[in-house]
Amino acid sequence: MRSSASAFIVIGERTNITGSPKFAKALKAGDWPACLAIARQQVESGANILDVNVDEALIDGEATMERFINYIAAEPEICRVPIMLDSSKWSVLEAGLKCLQGKGIVNSISLKDGEAEFLRRASLVLRYGAAAVVMAFDENGQAATRDEKVRICTRAYQLLTMKLGFPSEDIIFDPNILTVATGIEEHNNYAVDFFEATRIIKQKLPGAKVSGGVSNVSFSFRGNNPVREAMHTAFLYHAIKAGLDMAILNAGMLGVYDEIEPVVRELADDVLLNRRQDATERLIKHAEGLRTRDGGESQISNSESQIAANAWRSETVEKRLAHSLVKGIDAFVDADTEEARQKYPKPLDIIEGPLMDGMRVVGDLFGVGKMFLPQVVKSARVMKKAVAYLQPFMEEEKKRHVAAGGTARTQGRIVLATVKGDVHDIGKNIVGVVLACNNYDVIDLGVMVPCDKILATAKEKHADVIGLSGLITPSLDEMVHVAKEMKRTGCTVPLLIGGATTSAAHTSVKVAPEYAEPIVHVLDASRVIGIVSLLLNPAGKSAFASENRVKQEKHRADFADRKSTRQLLSLAAARARRQSTDWAAVDIPRPEFLGSKVYSSLAAPKPGESGSSAPQDSGLKSQPSSESLTLNEIAAYIDWSPFFSAWELHGRFPDILKDFVVGVEATKLFADAQKMLAQIVAEKRYTARAVIGFWSANAVGDSVEVYADEKRSKVRKVFHFLRQQNEKPAGQFNHCLADYIAPKDSGRIDYLGGFAVTTGHGVEEFAQEFVKKHDDYSAIMAKALGDRLAEALAELMHQKARNASGYGQTENLEMKDIIREKYRGIRPAPGYPACPDHTEKRTLFDILNATAATGITLTESNAMFPASSVSGLYFNHPDSKYFAVGKLAKDQAEDYSLRKEQWLEVSEKWLAPYLDYDPS
Amino acid sequence: MSTLTYRQTHAAAELRHLLAQRIVLLDGAMGTMIQQHQLSDADFRGNRFKSHPHDLKGNNDLLSLTRPDVIEGIHLQYFEAGADMVETNTFSSTAIAQADYKLEPLVTELNIAAARVAVQTAFRAEAKLGRRCFVAGALGPLNRTLSMSPDVNRPDFRAVNWDKVVAAYLEQAHALVTGGVDVLLVETIFDTLNAKAAVFALEQLFDELGARLPVMISVTITDNSGRTLSGQTVGAFYNSIRHAHPLSIGINCALGGAQMRPYVEELAGLAECYVSCYPNAGLPNTFGGYDETPATMARVLGDFAANGWLNIVGGCCGSTPAHITAIAQAVKQSKPHVPPAATERRLQLSGLEPLAIA
Repeated sequence: MRSSASAFIVIGERTNITGSPKFAKALKAGDWPACLAIARQQVESGANILDVNVDEALIDGEATMERFINYIAAEPEICRVPIMLDSSKWSVLEAGLKCLQGKGIVNSISLKDGEAEFLRRASLVLRYGAAAVVMAFDENGQAATRDEKVRICTRAYQLLTMKLGFPSEDIIFDPNILTVATGIEEHNNYAVDFFEATRIIKQKLPGAKVSGGVSNVSFSFRGNNPVREAMHTAFLYHAIKAGLDMAILNAGMLGVYDEIEPVVRELADDVLLNRRQDATERLIKHAEGLRTRDGGESQISNSESQIAANAWRSETVEKRLAHSLVKGIDAFVDADTEEARQKYPKPLDIIEGPLMDGMRVVGDLFGVGKMFLPQVVKSARVMKKAVAYLQPFMEEEKKRHVAAGGTARTQGRIVLATVKGDVHDIGKNIVGVVLACNNYDVIDLGVMVPCDKILATAKEKHADVIGLSGLITPSLDEMVHVAKEMKRTGCTVPLLIGGATTSAAHTSVKVAPEYAEPIVHVLDASRVIGIVSLLLNPAGKSAFASENRVKQEKHRADFADRKSTRQLLSLAAARARRQSTDWAAVDIPRPEFLGSKVYSSLAAPKPGESGSSAPQDSGLKSQPSSESLTLNEIAAYIDWSPFFSAWELHGRFPDILKDFVVGVEATKLFADAQKMLAQIVAEKRYTARAVIGFWSANAVGDSVEVYADEKRSKVRKVFHFLRQQNEKPAGQFNHCLADYIAPKDSGRIDYLGGFAVTTGHGVEEFAQEFVKKHDDYSAIMAKALGDRLAEALAELMHQKARNASGYGQTENLEMKDIIREKYRGIRPAPGYPACPDHTEKRTLFDILNATAATGITLTESNAMFPASSVSGLYFNHPDSKYFAVGKLAKDQAEDYSLRKEQWLEVSEKWLAPYLDYDPS
Repeated sequence: MSTLTYRQTHAAAELRHLLAQRIVLLDGAMGTMIQQHQLSDADFRGNRFKSHPHDLKGNNDLLSLTRPDVIEGIHLQYFEAGADMVETNTFSSTAIAQADYKLEPLVTELNIAAARVAVQTAFRAEAKLGRRCFVAGALGPLNRTLSMSPDVNRPDFRAVNWDKVVAAYLEQAHALVTGGVDVLLVETIFDTLNAKAAVFALEQLFDELGARLPVMISVTITDNSGRTLSGQTVGAFYNSIRHAHPLSIGINCALGGAQMRPYVEELAGLAECYVSCYPNAGLPNTFGGYDETPATMARVLGDFAANGWLNIVGGCCGSTPAHITAIAQAVKQSKPHVPPAATERRLQLSGLEPLAIA
């Protein structure tokens, strides 16, 4: 038997459709990048082998297994580890074996279907060059007791080695980990049976290995992750001692037996080792307690735990500060900081001593994935408060210090800005906080910052690094412009690029060639410290810079390759592959109003409506004809999943609250969000304003004409759309939004709708209140909620629009289905994949008179200000779907320019990220 | 199905006997030797393919039918230079590779002809040289791969599938055995999954024959990353094809001997079978030719042999009978590699990297 537990093999379980709802969902949706991300996460978390299971009634198992394994083969970071093909269908296993260049494992074969079939499959496994998991299962069923397990495994072993010459080391027995603590007495000894069977198999059947799926053992505690985790850890401890070689489990979740809370460990062991009659009851009782405590810190009512929870208050001041920082508690920070100030000679010593020590712990925990972004931001809030408390003392100190000839010292100075034309700053603010709490001096210039201001500030303040952020596509061009200007003005500091539409590829291909110093793409806030510390370290910089350069060279080479291999259809061919509609038969609803309607949370409610009092004086005048809205009704339409991704917590709401890894933090974050949302609603902090409209319309080619009235003699505006040109399999179409509107020659009157909504008035002011209190966590939260409310308002308005079109009134959907957009019709937004040109927003704003109706203005890049705003078009066509236009060939750019009556160069500028050719 | 000849049935024992005594010499390049004949389109076509609708120049494998005299001459030169074993001229003789020339229906005939030319040459050489001369039936890597997509935008796409590759290799191997080869050599492997399909086909063939021939396997390490084109390390590759129970495993093509050194050493340390190595005559020069002299190549391979890493040695692209003679001289004094005795039973898995579980 092995002596060291480090040789234990972890088989990542999250790419198993039967155990991972997230994987199941991604796989069913054909979302391969998401499936691959889960696989990658497992390998990065330390899985030595990856279990892949796609068994689901509605999925074509063979084809899906083949496809997923082929996808994995293209990802070196994933396929560096062996694959365990996991299916109850032999044909699915065989499909996987035909795609696996490495030596993998088949999971599983057994004597269930008799000896002949068992040997046939085993001999094929041998011929395909794989190892096999053999289940303790025979013609009579699954082995539950020790003796049955050993008997069946022994029989299988003898058949395999003697009849086939199957190498014994390639046999992995799975003696069935069955669920304990079910309340059924026969189940009580299941874990013991497994441990003992494992021990005997390892002794009696030389070469053979033992594996198992651990999560099964705790199935009766589903929903209670702390207990399950403790049970898994304890189970593995005993099983490994008995000789277990490997187990299928969530990689990264392998706990340490000695670190399980002693009481829980004892109770779990009682259950697993079947030591007491009442073991199950006792664990269940304790589990209830764990679950409540886990639900939220504020719910602790038990005075005993209250005392335990406050025990840290009696530690030394250094430990108390560290505790406050790591736990993000700001209640005691001023008092503790003052106490430290009495103790330390200089305020700076406190910052560089206990405070930085605490933040280092935070940084380390964040770096290894044991803390998540919301926690780090809360820690930063504590840090900022402590520093703010010390500020006046430091100023005094500094005066003396500078008078004595010294300089103030930080890790380095970074100028951050959201570029000109762009208003989005949540991600940039998070980066700023992460930098600040690592003792970098951050100068945040805010949003819509012109290039010359960024460069002048950097020069004046002797910045060490400049960081640019942007969310909308035109910002990419602005970043290129900033890089060019940095070169022209002789700037020498490194440049960081970040934000939702930025990418390592774009940075390499478009930005990096413009400026000789390092230009680094920062994928998310968790990466920024690693990058900046290397860039500012004289020893590390050149190695990092050259590595970065090599990566970017490769991106450029890949990009050049890609361009030459991609085949786009000609525009004519793409148009021939349009989605056609039987226009004589299709249902075209006539909206109950034409023209536009305005809504506002400042409008007086109609008689019978309640909840609104006199409008606040926020400087915004509601239009007399406005219909009323309340923040409360909007909040019901919030889709929370994107809220969590804004905080770099990934998963779908509400499942994320129970996620094994981030569930606890997600739950806290959600509680804080609910609290702030309640305040925003109750105090009417944000003003909601909206306008929607419908107009008679007909398609003319790929454009849609909007008319003054239903006689359609006068064209008011024309919307110009783009068509997919990528090659597609037979039976799929090359979509264009214009296909969803009846063409002029169809003889039918169709209708196009549009909307612009905002909940952004008041957001910046509310966020600033927190910034003043050094509370970035709440400031970021305020903005993130503003964005969610704006999207929710768009959802609410869309429902009103569908109701106005008639069919909405009978759709009968629950809120969760509305949020998942399970209704007829779409509302694509200009600047986003179905309609990528941001300039179409101007046409939309003109026809809606949106600026007057909502107070939203458009920047020179056609971003909406304030940030928490959404606009788009309504299509009612029963078959309308969202799609991404994707790459465009020059023929379409030319055609588009003719339609829009603008120079080709102008179109190319706005469509730059989508062009499949180099316009220069 | 033909049964094996007396010669084939005894080839394995004779070869193992020879391998136990000394380092066995393989031949050198076929392609560069054919180029020296400066053959015309008419040579490739012969009378039979005069009006074949597709271009045939460069289809070297076709010469086994249209200019067998050229192929026989090359085989004989190698035997005379010191080779114990020559490879059949069948690197591309599969339905998948011959599809480029629209000659898929000819595959069986091509392989039988190539095997016969080589075996007949071996008979002549044995009479002349007084030693057993072996013929290895060469199975090349195919121009389509099972674990890589030719389309960067569709990473899951494959230009061919497992069943087709197995069928193509089965058809080829069947004909090679019919033609009388002593050994089957799966070579120049740059995608391990193709090689696994070849092994699968060979097992199926041996089932049908009711007998086995020795299988030799040779992988191509693409560059100094130490990996195959499909991304595997040497150790991972070995674990992937270990189930073939090969007579030998080795490295050929893509690199010169000097660049191959660490990988040959690694393989010799981990393989439980004999080790082979037949590098190119150096790295290609700017015109795609190979410049390494017989003396240089022999010095590098002589060093491998002196280190005790080799059992089978020869040359790949750019090497000539002069290279083989020089290599034979250089390895003559060295003892053959002794594979490590099997010790513990470890579960040896792999992805792109190996994973051993004790």
